[in-house]
Amino acid sequence: MGGRQFAPEAWLPFFERMENTAIGTAVRESIWAFPIIEAVHLLGLGLLGGAVLLADLRLLGTGLTRQPVANVVRHAHPWLVAGVALMFLTGIPLFLSEAVKCYYNTSFWVKMISLPVALGFTFGARKCVVAAAPSRANWRTRLIAAISLGLWFTVAAAGRWIGFSA
Amino acid sequence: MERFLEWLGNTPWSIALLESTLAWPLIESSHVLAVALFFGTVMMNDLRLLGWTMRRVPVSEVTGRLLPWTRLGFTIMVVTGLLIFYSNPVRYYHNIFFRLKVVLFVVAGLNAFVFHRGIHRRVMEWERLPVLPGRARVAGATSLAAWALIIVAGRLIAYNWFDCDIPGQPGWVNWAAGCPVAGD
Repeated sequence: MGGRQFAPEAWLPFFERMENTAIGTAVRESIWAFPIIEAVHLLGLGLLGGAVLLADLRLLGTGLTRQPVANVVRHAHPWLVAGVALMFLTGIPLFLSEAVKCYYNTSFWVKMISLPVALGFTFGARKCVVAAAPSRANWRTRLIAAISLGLWFTVAAAGRWIGFSA
Repeated sequence: MERFLEWLGNTPWSIALLESTLAWPLIESSHVLAVALFFGTVMMNDLRLLGWTMRRVPVSEVTGRLLPWTRLGFTIMVVTGLLIFYSNPVRYYHNIFFRLKVVLFVVAGLNAFVFHRGIHRRVMEWERLPVLPGRARVAGATSLAAWALIIVAGRLIAYNWFDCDIPGQPGWVNWAAGCPVAGD
């Protein structure tokens, strides 16, 4: 993966401009900035992962099974929002520091496509199903959880792979 | 120790793992992604002990129902972590962030031990209180801090900022990294 051109040529100047922003330049020129921001990005992965898992495990019919489905999803929600916020807050400067590399990186594009799908699914479809959900898990909640876990796994795995592909 | 690690790093499988183009990144990726499973469930448990989430759910219920997933995450972390260490033992042994991580493991382990042997024995008596006992909250905060620092230290192992072959490093860095002293 990587090294091939995936995005339209016309988008390249935008990525070059992003890389030359003040934040992008500062992160790139510092020795510590990228690793530290990246480490906090990882903590965000833990927080986001914990919130996604808490809700999805319950939807699968495991995890906190003594609590109604909607309750568990509601408890997880603020941490989900906090996790997403932390990921964006750290992810954007990481991207700015190497925007042109990202432009040529297939994993980056896999992440950029799966991320809005995962966000839309979690804050849209999953929310609707949960609102109408019975207190016990059924085939519908299980399906929703499986799709959610699959989407977030894709986002995370593609994200890690950005660093491995050229 | 040094000689054992040198031998370990020269075993054919260690060399093959370090030079592999697919196995090493896949193992490392599994290690990173298991953070979501392990630290994610640990964090939810710690946040419950701090009283920041699921206050009306008894502590033993949160702990008990999440523990299998925490254990699964822990197992993946240990297996993949040991494989990563095995791929380049001498380098990791002399990496100060790796050493910091090991020290923090001891802190996290002691914290869990003290919590389970202490206040957690009477969890049924306090798990429904609006404010949990101080010792339970301290255990939650310590766990959260220790594991977060372990993740940060773990991420920084990737950098060779303080490797032993860098000239002119402060004495304490060489001491912390256990660098062999010239003329030894």
